[in-house]
Amino acid sequence: MNILNAFAIGFKEIWAHKFRSALTMLGIILGVASLVGMSALVKGIENGMREALIAVGGLEKVRIEEGDLPANQQHLADEAVGVTMDDVYALQRNANMVHLVTPEMRLRNALMTHGSKSYNPYYFAGTWPSALDMNQHTVQYGRMFNEVDDENARNVCVIGTAVRDALFGNPDETGKEIIPIGEKVNVQGEVFTIIGMFQHYESEQDAKKRELAKLQPPASGTNSPARQKSSFGKHSSSSYVFMWKNSNVYVPLNTMWLKFRTAAGSNNIPDARLTSLSVKIRDVNSLDPTIRQLRNVLMMTHHGIEDFNVQTQEDWADRINSAVASARMSGGLISLISLLVGGIGITNIMLASITERIREIGIRKAIGATYSDIFIQILVESVVIAIIGGAVGLIASIGLVEVLSHVSKDNTPVITLSSMIIAFAFSAGVGVLAGLIPAFKAAKLDPIQALRYE
Amino acid sequence: MALVELRNVSKIYHLGGEEIRALDDVSLDIEAGEFISIIGPSGSGKSTLMHILGCLDKPSRGTMKLDGTMIENASARELAQFRNQKIGFVFQFFNLLPKLNVLQNVELPMVYSGKSAKERRDHAVKALKMVDLENRMKHRPMQLSGGQQQRVAIARALVNDPKIVFADEPTGNLDSKTGETILTLFRELSAAGRTIALVTHDDEIAARTPRRIEIRDGKIANAQ
Repeated sequence: MNILNAFAIGFKEIWAHKFRSALTMLGIILGVASLVGMSALVKGIENGMREALIAVGGLEKVRIEEGDLPANQQHLADEAVGVTMDDVYALQRNANMVHLVTPEMRLRNALMTHGSKSYNPYYFAGTWPSALDMNQHTVQYGRMFNEVDDENARNVCVIGTAVRDALFGNPDETGKEIIPIGEKVNVQGEVFTIIGMFQHYESEQDAKKRELAKLQPPASGTNSPARQKSSFGKHSSSSYVFMWKNSNVYVPLNTMWLKFRTAAGSNNIPDARLTSLSVKIRDVNSLDPTIRQLRNVLMMTHHGIEDFNVQTQEDWADRINSAVASARMSGGLISLISLLVGGIGITNIMLASITERIREIGIRKAIGATYSDIFIQILVESVVIAIIGGAVGLIASIGLVEVLSHVSKDNTPVITLSSMIIAFAFSAGVGVLAGLIPAFKAAKLDPIQALRYE
Repeated sequence: MALVELRNVSKIYHLGGEEIRALDDVSLDIEAGEFISIIGPSGSGKSTLMHILGCLDKPSRGTMKLDGTMIENASARELAQFRNQKIGFVFQFFNLLPKLNVLQNVELPMVYSGKSAKERRDHAVKALKMVDLENRMKHRPMQLSGGQQQRVAIARALVNDPKIVFADEPTGNLDSKTGETILTLFRELSAAGRTIALVTHDDEIAARTPRRIEIRDGKIANAQ
């Protein structure tokens, strides 16, 4: 008997017991759908996290911050100067494996006021115009400050949309997009002119949702697309990145230094320490040698005192990978177990089915079916149930992911071809495993006994 | 050389330490073209004899040759091939597969001998013509009368052109008139040169075969 015949018999047998077979398949259908759905969810989460990683500068960005001295240098604490502009110039001159160096000087508690409204941005920093490139910012309205603004320490700032929402009105509430270019805001007694505003940052998911809302007629009153309000709790860690970015305010570095750091110093000399400096490396693949070069240059300017930390986004990327791996592992395990349970269902029904068909097996053996003919027939029947279940499960998984994408707020689940292939292969494998015991039992039946069976 | 040569064959079962000799030192030759009946009361061992002759079972002792091949050393796979190629079975309860139609039932032995779909169909139609049922090919066994079902079973037994056909109480489940037509069919087949062994407990039926072998308590009691 050839395999094609066995498949034909298998299909016929399943068709003869439609309801029973459908119930048996249900286990496999659910297993496959949950495997694909789970993997789509994880893929969605992974995409969201990677999007966020790119939004903060990608893997090429390396931050250097002031850090604690190592234990054997604690006695040199007085001579530790921290990260300063000297480091920036030294890196620009000597570190040829980086192509962009941007200093940042942060002001904490930079309460911005405009009229009766006030807002405390998450990140208020003095920096260079190159910060745009470094931190993946785009100025949508107005302009970024330039070297002249920096040289003259002008009181100009570029704001994120969250600042505008808080001080001038949210497009959701006012119904129109306010562009506050030229408006004045007060920060710790200094009057700043807003010369630019960044674009509104959001995850692809949020952007899609907003597009969708734009297409549908507004339900009540508002005639502008709804934007998610910035508040904690509603958001996943990856959308937090976008929220944080929308709440950024940049001013020229010299403005920050001269206007705010003078008061901070104890001796009227402006505190020259930078909060951090960021570099963009030329080649992500040579991250380690680049970091060695950075360290060498910085050790020179710091006279051997290691009072700085080098932070790469690689740690973040690693965290993404390990989070994704563990999510995949736990979800995959649950799905595999449900697939196995489906397989046990098949074994069960096949055992019942061969008990019903003992006489048939006896007849087949009497007219010349060999051990392997019967074995293959039963095994193929089990595999046919499993692969029909697997195929239906794949179709069901598309529906499941559609539902999940409506339920999941943060990340759109993405079906991957590989997950479908793996799920289908597993369902076929489960079919083989499930059929082994029934096939063995059926094949070793004695024809004489089987023919006598009533 | 005889088609079937049985030499000193015994079949011994062990039931709870007790030894039961279902067959005890039986020797028998069946020549090609013979029409014989094996008769005996139930429990006499005639079924066991038929199982051994039909390669469904192996003897505990003694030797058996079928068509020149020793079968006591044959593997299960070889026995299955013998049953498929050299032996045809007709049973008391017809033993057709209810889910297959008449044509598919007759094709079944050829599925296991690996014939192509076209060959299978041609042979099956020919065999059904032989038993006069070619107009019932698409019917299910349940839609046929007992006599028709038994004729389908005979067509199935003949379809691989076996060396010998075993019929185990082929009229046992039929009324006497239908039984008569089946017996007539066997006689016609015998006249056409088939080797047929008919197992029965009915003297009347046994009397109508040229050769009659009587089994009692596992031994041949009266052979002609």
